[in-house]
Amino acid sequence: MSLVEMSGISKSYFGVEVLHEVNFTLEAGTVHALMGENGAGKSTLVKVLAGIHKADRGTVKIEGKEVDIGSPAQAAELGVAMVHQELSPIYEMTVAENIFLGREPGAGGFVDAAQLTRQTKELLDTLSLQINPKEKMKNLRVADQQMVEIAKAISRDARILIMDEPTSAITDREIDRLFAIIEDLKARGTGIIYISHKMDEIFRIADKISVLRDGNEVGTWDKGDVNIDMLIKSMVGRELEMQYPKISVPIGEVVLEVENLSLAGQYEDISFQLRRGEILAFVGLVGSGRTELMHSLFGVTHPDSGRILYEGREIHFKKPKDAIDSGFAYVTEDRKKEGLVMPMNIQHNVSLSALFNYVKGGLIDAKHESGTVQGQVDALSIKCTSSRQLVKSLSGGNQQKVVVAKWMLNEPKIIIFDEPTRGIDVGAKAEIYKIMGDYVSRGNAVIMITSEMPEAMGVADRIVVLSDRKKSGELKRDEFSQEAIVKLEFLHMMGGGAK
Amino acid sequence: MDEKLKPRGVSIVGSMTPKQFFATYGSLIGLIALFFVISIIKPNFLDIGNLINILRIASINGLLAVGMTFVILTGGIDLSVGAIMGCAGMYSAYFAQQSMGQPAIVAVLIGVVVGLALGLFNGVIIAYLKVPPFVGTLGSLGIAKGIMFLLSNAKPIPSLTPEFKFIGGGSIFGGNLPVPIVIMIIVLAICFLLVYKMRYGRYVYAVGGNMNAAKISGINTKAIICSVYVISGVLAALAGVITSARVTSGVTSTGDGYEVNAIAMVVIGGTSLMGGRGRLWGTVVGILLLTVLTSGLDFLGVNTYYQLIIKGFVVIGAVMLDGLNQD
Repeated sequence: MSLVEMSGISKSYFGVEVLHEVNFTLEAGTVHALMGENGAGKSTLVKVLAGIHKADRGTVKIEGKEVDIGSPAQAAELGVAMVHQELSPIYEMTVAENIFLGREPGAGGFVDAAQLTRQTKELLDTLSLQINPKEKMKNLRVADQQMVEIAKAISRDARILIMDEPTSAITDREIDRLFAIIEDLKARGTGIIYISHKMDEIFRIADKISVLRDGNEVGTWDKGDVNIDMLIKSMVGRELEMQYPKISVPIGEVVLEVENLSLAGQYEDISFQLRRGEILAFVGLVGSGRTELMHSLFGVTHPDSGRILYEGREIHFKKPKDAIDSGFAYVTEDRKKEGLVMPMNIQHNVSLSALFNYVKGGLIDAKHESGTVQGQVDALSIKCTSSRQLVKSLSGGNQQKVVVAKWMLNEPKIIIFDEPTRGIDVGAKAEIYKIMGDYVSRGNAVIMITSEMPEAMGVADRIVVLSDRKKSGELKRDEFSQEAIVKLEFLHMMGGGAK
Repeated sequence: MDEKLKPRGVSIVGSMTPKQFFATYGSLIGLIALFFVISIIKPNFLDIGNLINILRIASINGLLAVGMTFVILTGGIDLSVGAIMGCAGMYSAYFAQQSMGQPAIVAVLIGVVVGLALGLFNGVIIAYLKVPPFVGTLGSLGIAKGIMFLLSNAKPIPSLTPEFKFIGGGSIFGGNLPVPIVIMIIVLAICFLLVYKMRYGRYVYAVGGNMNAAKISGINTKAIICSVYVISGVLAALAGVITSARVTSGVTSTGDGYEVNAIAMVVIGGTSLMGGRGRLWGTVVGILLLTVLTSGLDFLGVNTYYQLIIKGFVVIGAVMLDGLNQD
């Protein structure tokens, strides 16, 4: 008897069918990977199991018994726990309060604070996480927030554990830790549904792999029976020439020069150059100061010392507006927090930072605006019913494309991409890389922050490595290797708990 | 377009599901139904004189709600509008006294400047000094009241110039169109342009929907936040000026409790108190719904205490309808 048996699951929302008669079976003690492009229906399928969405049709059986899962609380009672793709912590509450939300230890309505802290500490220790249970969530890095979400799901002792893109924000070291935890859970008979776009992870951890495409089930295989090419083909319905299409672009003169830039507690003594036609990757462990550095380049924060030269002139951006006016753009790491205005539609999001281009006599020229936006929607092949669709109803990958489209509209000279493909499927990733390639081939330059090493090595012309808020090295394309990068990443961290 | 992306399922208007339809147009349907019911019971409710009177009342109260819409769209709240209305009304009445010998325009401008100054004060403390809107405007409520009492010493200001009184009681087009309605129409026209046709409106939604994204997009978020309180203050002042002119004297109780009505009108119109989501035409529906309800119940001779209870349920019902669409 299977642990979970979902059959004939169909679901529509906003008038769009996102799941069509999908069957899915999960066995106890296995890791079952669920793959597919943006909007293929993976998240929706598992959310039906987790009681977040209700299927329009179809049945769900748990250990052979048909169940009606009407709410997340009911799902939890049935032993289903989920690590969400979109982080949803309560930022003003502590780590411990978040993990035990709704089941705080204590009696008679009182919370036993000491025990809450102790239980959390124990939990975090078993996962070897060095996080203070009393720290507020908002003070944690995104990676730590994600580990806390994982810890929260694990702490529920679920029989069925759903992980939706659990590694989208964490680094390799934490991934190793996570996989050890997963192996342990497997041995105890837990069934795990693992959604990811990362092929290397899937082949490391999964026992079975199912692929969805456009809400339909394409197939299910044992890991040994498939390879990467077959999976990619079944996900996109066509062959992808390359996972990392690298367009060869002539490298031009220096456009941006950073000299000895420092900001106390954020980054220290950083110098680098960026040339036209170049994609420069910044890698480093979480907390290495990459994002903080970019915030200063874009005028969000201000460096204490050092110089930034743009096209040969020293610049001091007071606010993001100054950076935008000078031809900078910033595709942010957290599209939900900083990238998109969720209650607005695609068109209004895309035109937000370039709106002054569409104003005639004080009024917005709606025709001009929607024409240009539609051009971007087509160019980036954003999947939507129309550019009037609300961005909150789009899949993660399409939301990311909306963010990119928004900045492309300004025709900037330098775009900073902060984790541009976080939580995006292979097909959409390749499209984003192609967009970057086309963009630099027009004489522009790209700075890309990434935690995915294959991405940095596949797409970048040079890689700058940061370690503990300092620059630890710079690699040219012919010097790229995983070993070299990892070594530099840990350069300033020896003795600080590094392996 | 991909076949899979074509909308399926029921739709009434365009691509709306019935739920979305009722969430969007529920208040409008309620307004029409209300008209229908009252006019069946008392056909003379539809007399043109009565309708114009309703519109005049709606214009004065509605000015506050229109300003409040901007504030709420940014995720804020303005509790000081009633007090600003009273304060500005009193100042303009002071300068409109026959003994002062000032032209009406001076009295009006002084009232508006008082509203602008108090609105700017709200904006600065909220946007730049980071005082939460609820607390900041609660403080201003007291400040505005105090300033008003200082001027009037808690006594009404009588004997205003006829020219000034025309703003509240006069009519144009052969006495058919009261001046307050004309003012409201002009204000609405400007605000509709601001919200739906100009960058400003887009930025207000963006700030309310996601402050960080707006900031990173190069929008001066603090200036936007500050500005909505200025708009709210100025429109409240305008309402105060009109009221003084209408009752032909500066009265200290003018505007008392009006902030609650204004907020109710905005939320009935479907604007979310969380910010970033809402519509100005919805506020217009909210203004009319509450005003028609009040006049209608008066007209039918319903006891005031019942009226309060009914209005309370209407506000809750409207927001509940809107909430249906939120999951």
